[in-house]
Amino acid sequence: MRRVAATAVLAATLASCAGPRPGGHATVFAASSLTEAFAALARAARPGRGISITFDFAGSQQLAAQLEQGAPADVVAAADRATLEGLRRAGRLAGAPVAFATNRLEIVVRHGNPARVTSLADLARTGLKVVLADPRVPAGGYAAQALAHAGAVVHPVSLEDNVKSVVTKVGLGEADAGIAYVTDVPAAGGEVTGVAVAERDQVVATYTAAILKDAPHPGPARSFLAFVRSPAGQAVLQRFGFGPP
Amino acid sequence: MRERVPVWLVVPVVIGLVFLLAPVVALVQRAPWSELGHELASGPVRTALRLSLVTSLAATVLAMVLGVPLAWVLARSEWRLLRLVRAVTLLPLVLPPVVGGVALLLALGSRGLIGQWLDRTFGLTLPFTTAGAVVAELFVALPFAVVTVEAGLRAVDRRLEEAAATLGAGPWRRFWRVSMPLAAPSLAAGAALCGARALGEFGATITFAGNLPGRTQTLPLAVYLELQTRPEVAVLLSLVLLTVSVVVLVALRGRWVGLGRP
Repeated sequence: MRRVAATAVLAATLASCAGPRPGGHATVFAASSLTEAFAALARAARPGRGISITFDFAGSQQLAAQLEQGAPADVVAAADRATLEGLRRAGRLAGAPVAFATNRLEIVVRHGNPARVTSLADLARTGLKVVLADPRVPAGGYAAQALAHAGAVVHPVSLEDNVKSVVTKVGLGEADAGIAYVTDVPAAGGEVTGVAVAERDQVVATYTAAILKDAPHPGPARSFLAFVRSPAGQAVLQRFGFGPP
Repeated sequence: MRERVPVWLVVPVVIGLVFLLAPVVALVQRAPWSELGHELASGPVRTALRLSLVTSLAATVLAMVLGVPLAWVLARSEWRLLRLVRAVTLLPLVLPPVVGGVALLLALGSRGLIGQWLDRTFGLTLPFTTAGAVVAELFVALPFAVVTVEAGLRAVDRRLEEAAATLGAGPWRRFWRVSMPLAAPSLAAGAALCGARALGEFGATITFAGNLPGRTQTLPLAVYLELQTRPEVAVLLSLVLLTVSVVVLVALRGRWVGLGRP
């Protein structure tokens, strides 16, 4: 369970602004794989928009569960299409979900790859401790697809409830390897090493976002979502390793 | 003399009771009773239930083995550093369980302070194993055993132990034949509370032991994960945990609140 509430206050100069307030506050529920990139996006949104954002990062499926129970939020961003599709059917979204980024899978191993893992098939090796995300988490579902495609039967030692926990368990040295996103490896700051997943087994994750129907702050929510999809926002996402939608 | 409740206390009392009771009522009301038997008999639920029983029982036994001697020392010894010992034993009570899990990883993980030695010497690794789940539960539940048994031992009439001493019973014999039988109710209460806490453990377990059905996915972890996809199953599993809590409370009756009395 990893929930980070990062508050990026960007409205410092707002008080002196004249005319209609361009900024405001918004609460964004985002997939845990977006942790670093979205925090940077919030910082980058400062010059023009002056939006202050509170984040709740968790596994996409957990965000959906919270939102279905009525958690107050303005924007939801998930690591797949299915999560928002479910929320749309439940009548929780204000508009159609939009795709704003893509991500790809990567094998994560301990720093320097002491176990010499080179492919998904290696993860089936006996004695190798592998952690995956739970299949209900988008990253876990993608990992299962990739492993099935590679024909590798892996017996994980744990099914973590979000993708960041997978990286943490490998980084701490408790597990030998795991499957996460390419964006998670640089985000872990050198504690883990990435090993590429073969192109034929690769799964592309499409990230989708939407504004919630009863968003308390729809204006700032729209500004934030627009910024995420703007060239400047896309540049930030790509700097963190995400692909275009 | 019976104390009359001051009128201005009634409002917070009622709000407090409603606050404590409403979640339980909501849980019972939302439960899909018709599916109860079917779901409880299903594989995943049985697996989590069995694992939870095994791990919480093991944690309780270990907690008594370690906790009773600690309680005895706290109740009987006049050592200078006793306050420090008490603070250490109480720490898991106030520590957030997730923090406990992180601390356990750093101490007993395969690269941890003690863990790397365990790994090298005995090839023993705790994270991601059922033993690890037991350790996580033990960590959070141990204080319950210590506190309860200590209170029980303090309530024992010391003169009986002194009488046994004058009759020639050594310390070991006095401990086993006098102190322990006299403190028996508190031993039972301590074990029950400890077991209930171990059964409900979540944060330290998922952090330290991970989450794998049949190995480390105990009932509370199953509740948490099912809530995200099958909320009705989560409600059912919660009912199981709720029932255990109620049974423990009823079994203890007033004993828990009465323990501190001489």
